[in-house]
Amino acid sequence: MTLRLAAKFARRELRGGLHGFRIFLACLALGVAAIAAVGTVRSAIETGLKTQGAALLGGDAEAEFTYRFARNDERAYLDDIADQVSETVDFRSMVVVETNGQTESGLTQVRSVDSAYPLIGSLTLDPPMTIAQAFAGSGDVPGGVMERALTDRLGLVAGDIFKLGNQEFVLSAILAKYPDNASAGFGLGPRTIVLTADLAQSGLITEGTLFSTQYRLDLPPGADLAALESQTETRWRDTGLRWRDARKGAGGTARFVDRIGSFLILIGLSGLAVGGVGVSAAVRAYLQGKTGTIATLKTLGATKATIFQTYFLQIGVLTVVGITLGVFLGAVIPLLLAPILTANLPIPADFRVYPGPLAEAAFYGLLSALIFTLWPLARTEDIRAATLFREAFAAGRRLPAGRYLLVIAGLIALLVGSAVVLTGTAFLTLWTAGGIAGALIILVFAAALARSVARRAGHRVRGQPGLRSALAAIGARNGETLSVTLSLGLGLAVIASVGQIDGNLQRSFSEELPEIAPSYFFVDIQPDQIDGFRARLADDPKVSRVDAAPMLRGIITRINDRPADEVANGHWVVQGDRGLTYSADLPANTKVTAGEWWPADYDGPPQISFSAEEAAEIGLVLGDTITVNILGRDITATITSFREVNFETAGIGFVMSMNPAALAGAPHSWIATVYAEPEAETQILRDLATAYPNITAIRIRDAIDQALELVGGIATGVRYGALATLVTGFLVLIGAAAAGEGARTYEAAVMKTLGATRGRILWSFALRSILLGAVAGTVALFAGIVGGWAVTTFIMDGDYAVIWGNALWIIAGGIFATLLAGLGFALRALGAKPAQVLRARE
Amino acid sequence: MRPNVLSLTDAALSLMGNAGRVDILHGITLEVAQGETVGLVGPSGSGKSSLLMLMGGLEQATGGKVAALGQDLTTMDEDALARFRRGNMGVVFQSFHLIPTMTALENVATPLELAGHKDAFARAAAELDAVGLAHRADHYPAQLSGGEQQRVALARASAPRPRILLADEPTGNLDEANGRAIIDLLFGLRDKHGATLVMVTHSAELAARCDRVVHLRDGRIEARA
Repeated sequence: MTLRLAAKFARRELRGGLHGFRIFLACLALGVAAIAAVGTVRSAIETGLKTQGAALLGGDAEAEFTYRFARNDERAYLDDIADQVSETVDFRSMVVVETNGQTESGLTQVRSVDSAYPLIGSLTLDPPMTIAQAFAGSGDVPGGVMERALTDRLGLVAGDIFKLGNQEFVLSAILAKYPDNASAGFGLGPRTIVLTADLAQSGLITEGTLFSTQYRLDLPPGADLAALESQTETRWRDTGLRWRDARKGAGGTARFVDRIGSFLILIGLSGLAVGGVGVSAAVRAYLQGKTGTIATLKTLGATKATIFQTYFLQIGVLTVVGITLGVFLGAVIPLLLAPILTANLPIPADFRVYPGPLAEAAFYGLLSALIFTLWPLARTEDIRAATLFREAFAAGRRLPAGRYLLVIAGLIALLVGSAVVLTGTAFLTLWTAGGIAGALIILVFAAALARSVARRAGHRVRGQPGLRSALAAIGARNGETLSVTLSLGLGLAVIASVGQIDGNLQRSFSEELPEIAPSYFFVDIQPDQIDGFRARLADDPKVSRVDAAPMLRGIITRINDRPADEVANGHWVVQGDRGLTYSADLPANTKVTAGEWWPADYDGPPQISFSAEEAAEIGLVLGDTITVNILGRDITATITSFREVNFETAGIGFVMSMNPAALAGAPHSWIATVYAEPEAETQILRDLATAYPNITAIRIRDAIDQALELVGGIATGVRYGALATLVTGFLVLIGAAAAGEGARTYEAAVMKTLGATRGRILWSFALRSILLGAVAGTVALFAGIVGGWAVTTFIMDGDYAVIWGNALWIIAGGIFATLLAGLGFALRALGAKPAQVLRARE
Repeated sequence: MRPNVLSLTDAALSLMGNAGRVDILHGITLEVAQGETVGLVGPSGSGKSSLLMLMGGLEQATGGKVAALGQDLTTMDEDALARFRRGNMGVVFQSFHLIPTMTALENVATPLELAGHKDAFARAAAELDAVGLAHRADHYPAQLSGGEQQRVALARASAPRPRILLADEPTGNLDEANGRAIIDLLFGLRDKHGATLVMVTHSAELAARCDRVVHLRDGRIEARA
């Protein structure tokens, strides 16, 4: 009965239109749209990766080996389960080009293939030709294709000759696109594709060099991938075979997209929190305007429940409108941008309407609208009929009734809990929720402090009525201070945090590393080349240090004779293959933290020295046994010491080192780091590339640049997400300024009556915007620094330093935004005629 | 003979409303001499308050001429009018129009500060004392009664020692006792500073205390008494 009556009242009130609710609708719609759009793009990419899984993988399934080709029994097994098998080899190498007597070289990621390649999809070559035509080459020289990034750098055009190791190739075409690009181009070097058979004389793929082989399988139709995976892993797990199939064709990329998508949705949630401030302010302002109506309804006999329901229904209708608008925008905008996004994404994406992410966004929108509107709605209960004769809300500034607070707390828990479930990352969600809550608390306190300081300071200002009036407005109880500080502050805090985290990441790569990092990493140095390699560098006065160590690669398969993955609980050390080394003596700068290093001439059962930090994380103790599969052969060694390994200096760091006798006879190569002055780098590379064409040089600077580019790309994406939060904050700001327009107009009219010029009044208005913006910006900066410090220190385990350049922009941005919104509405207030304004209040 | 401080010649005021142009005042010709007290009376909607606003430069005449202290207000822009009001005019409204975010003392000091007086606060305190509100100096308007608010408004209007005091139904929102007290104060201030007073009123008793009463009807001056 009450509800029906309330619905009737609500319908009558809504006849007045949506006046005063534009900001409410915009805040809600924008927040929902941002989350819906991010979710839609993520779903589009995930669907793209899923449907293109087989193409990205290069086959229905793939068996991968590190450092070796499949043994005959393994190959026979693969031939048996598949209709067709294509063998590819993946490794890094140097493309060497002779131009005008000069040797130029560039790092490349080589994929050498057989004639069955590609099993799925096709390559796009420029000029157009088939891959067989490209491999045919010219005369005796076989052909190869290479990505444009490398041909441009080396000045190569189709028809030119290049070398991989000792083998010459003719560049037949530019490689524009290839199907099995699961890593989406995130590799250290641009791609070169040649026939494996043509590399026979190159000296590149030999035992001990770093390469991996993939056996792509074209499975019979209807093959049970899960059953095959389980069957293959059970049979070959201990030989180092790794299985992937089309169900997760782009495993790493898919995980990456999922993570970034989740993070952007969390930023979207912070946008909803900012929008919530606007929503709450709009509802409060609306209800304040309705105080008379509510008091009259109470006089006429309406109960608290009827009043609450009347306004709850009105706000509910508007919430549905806002969410619907947001869902519509969130679905349509990605569709409109689909052609641009598809063209620019390195991975496939299938853009269409995905109900899942839209429902998720609507759900978040609904919960946050409830959280932020219940508070002001609950306070309608406090309005008494007597309000008609006394001042409205002035006396009723207490908390809503306890039951409402409980419901609000429950809704917040539901929102955070849903975000944990829906984003699939409790860690990130709880950190973000904690960050938003922390920032909100800081901002509420800052707003209260700013108000109190402004009120006190205002009374001390003499002779400057403009400043006093600005301070008085900031200090006013029902003024804009709280909503401006909250909305703008939260938006800016998100931007500031992202800026601080990104800045510290960039700094850790570009500032900290190079001072101690070597110039080059050299890999694939054959044992018979290491002495000559060292001799070339020993004579060079510009080389300050050369470290070299033998390197093998292997997979930890068992710990204490139990499956390693099970014991180490998925620790990164047991995921995939790891480098390991051997050494008779304890290397310089290495500290044994527990146990003892083996004697130099030790040749008993294999012993292993393990990195102390990783060992502690896995829970290893001295005396544990580790089984490492190297080239299909298991070596079980006992841990006899732990040592400190620093992976952050880009020097040589191995988790595992064994006594030399344990690895005697295992084919291996050497890895070396060279510390040289920058001007000597090019010549060193030229000399070594000429003398040892099989050696691969990785310039640390390039690797860092690549990492920086990736980090920068992520930061840009996150910034766009954060920008939506800031735009919402600005909308709230506009809402606050619009709500304060009446007060400004009145103030301007009175001040004019007392003799103030428009310039003076405008200055007073500008001053309060500047002060409020500076407060919001400074607090946001503080919150951003705290957030940046927490993430950098606790999540990224890095050193934190404040990025000041970025910081000052935040404060300037805060001032600019409030000034823009404030003055936008001040102009109309200034233009109003005082007589009309004042008489309207008579 | 005392010189005129206010002079209106064929002044007119028309405003554009939602329903089109509304003529508020027509052909108003009126002179007010220095030190004179003039009461503007007439039925609701007759244009009394509009005429007062024209005199204060708070409304721009759409026809004719309005001069105050020898200066033509019709040719001044808004800022020039604001500067002119400083020190020359004090306005008191029926609804007081105090700045809600400022204390009583700050409200009174504001016009003095705008006029550049270094001792604005000392003078404001003295003015508040003169209207019997020294003890309420630090109170905000919302913390004062209607009568007290109007006394603050009076103190604020008279603080810069204006030569012209304009009052728009200053007792309209007050009870009889408070209204009488305000009128006594208003006349007292006029006498103390030798100001010219123009006052809109509905009260016959108040009109009787004026040197002259101007009757308005339908935007025109009906008769002079």
